[in-house]
Amino acid sequence: MTYRDQAKPEILRPVSNAFIFASVFVALLLNSLPWNGLWLMLHPDFVAVVMLYWCTHKPQRFGVGLSWVVGILADVSDASLFGQHALSYTVLAFGGVVLSRRIRMFDLREQTTQVFVILLLTYLVYALVHWQVNGQVAWTYLLGALTSTLLWIPTSRLFQSVRQTFVERE
Amino acid sequence: MDSTQTFHVFNRGPSPAARLVFFSVLSLLLMFVDARFRYLESTRSALSVLVSPVQRLATMPNVLWLQGKEFLVKQNSLLEDNKALQHQHGLDAVQLVQQQSLLLENQQLRNLLGLQQRSRVTGQFAEIVYAERDIFRRKVLINKGSSAHIQAGQVVMDERGIVGQITRVYPWLSEVTLITEKDHAVPVQVQRSGLRSIAFGAGDTSRLSLRYMPVSTDIQKGDLLVTSGIDGIYPPGIPVATVEKIERDAAYPFAQIVCLPVGGVDKHRHLLVLSDMPALPERPEAEPVVKKLKKNKAGVH
Repeated sequence: MTYRDQAKPEILRPVSNAFIFASVFVALLLNSLPWNGLWLMLHPDFVAVVMLYWCTHKPQRFGVGLSWVVGILADVSDASLFGQHALSYTVLAFGGVVLSRRIRMFDLREQTTQVFVILLLTYLVYALVHWQVNGQVAWTYLLGALTSTLLWIPTSRLFQSVRQTFVERE
Repeated sequence: MDSTQTFHVFNRGPSPAARLVFFSVLSLLLMFVDARFRYLESTRSALSVLVSPVQRLATMPNVLWLQGKEFLVKQNSLLEDNKALQHQHGLDAVQLVQQQSLLLENQQLRNLLGLQQRSRVTGQFAEIVYAERDIFRRKVLINKGSSAHIQAGQVVMDERGIVGQITRVYPWLSEVTLITEKDHAVPVQVQRSGLRSIAFGAGDTSRLSLRYMPVSTDIQKGDLLVTSGIDGIYPPGIPVATVEKIERDAAYPFAQIVCLPVGGVDKHRHLLVLSDMPALPERPEAEPVVKKLKKNKAGVH
């Protein structure tokens, strides 16, 4: 594994389950902030980005099943159709788990392009279900995939720095 | 990276592809059942107990900010508000007295004519806690639920006009579908001419449309549309929308009429949930033929 943008070799502590669930919880919280107007159109899907991080970095711990459960909770909090978020998050987790080794080979900037494809697919699945049920496609919804992708680098940096500070302290 | 954990060589459970297929089929099944039969409402309300603390927590900063702003409001503006409100109250009081006498007169006339009495509609106040974050739909959640005897179908309004209708009830929350939701229908009447029609939500942010009105119909720009009350759900005479634009194109059989809602459909935080709608007499049975057929069938079985 080569990390071209990092000078020191990456030593990361094993992640505790509590940290994973806390991060997903915070993401759910951020998602249910009262977004409005233009921000509603542009706001990233924090849950998707956080879950994609865990699916690519800890595929044995956070996989398709847990993503599905989180998707059901997102469906309830959004009052969307039961299974709509669950289906799109299942696709997301599958993409993350299958491509996890490949994605971790690249540095953060190169990861972004691959992450964009997975997120776009996730958004497309959601929009497809909506189109099937309500017979109406809102293309502006897909802008969220773009802003979510922009969130990938900050999220990864944040999680990795949190995991590293634990090591330095010891 | 995972070398610090236990090293699974063999037993990792089903492959990701198998899991993808399993959970996708499960999701599709759930969606089908939810969309067609609505069996899952109790599950949804049970899970909402888990999720609603998260929603409350997320709206907390906003609520605190609003309360803080209210607390730090200036004495001066309070006095001004008070003065304006008293002025308004004086004006309203005169109208109220007139309305009382009109109400009595109306009651007497209705008695004389043997018409059904119009019942008074009561309501309870609720606050918007959470706006729907799905940009496809026009819905809000309010802070009264089945614990406050809210039922699906009740009408929600603000001080100026109809805002929406309750479509789903949770223990402490309920979901209001706004009248601007796509294909949401409100039976209306043009106040000036008494013409009946149905206002449909246009699906975009803040417009309604009247469909299936002939080109020659008697509607003018600026007309007020009020609820007609013939559906037994919306009480009669409450403002819904004003006519904004009329396109009469002879090439089409129907005029295109665009209306703007009167109530602050996406502005206010406090709403009024109406209750105790008068019960309508039962609808006369329309198709005796079908009944006969059913009887025959019952006889065969």
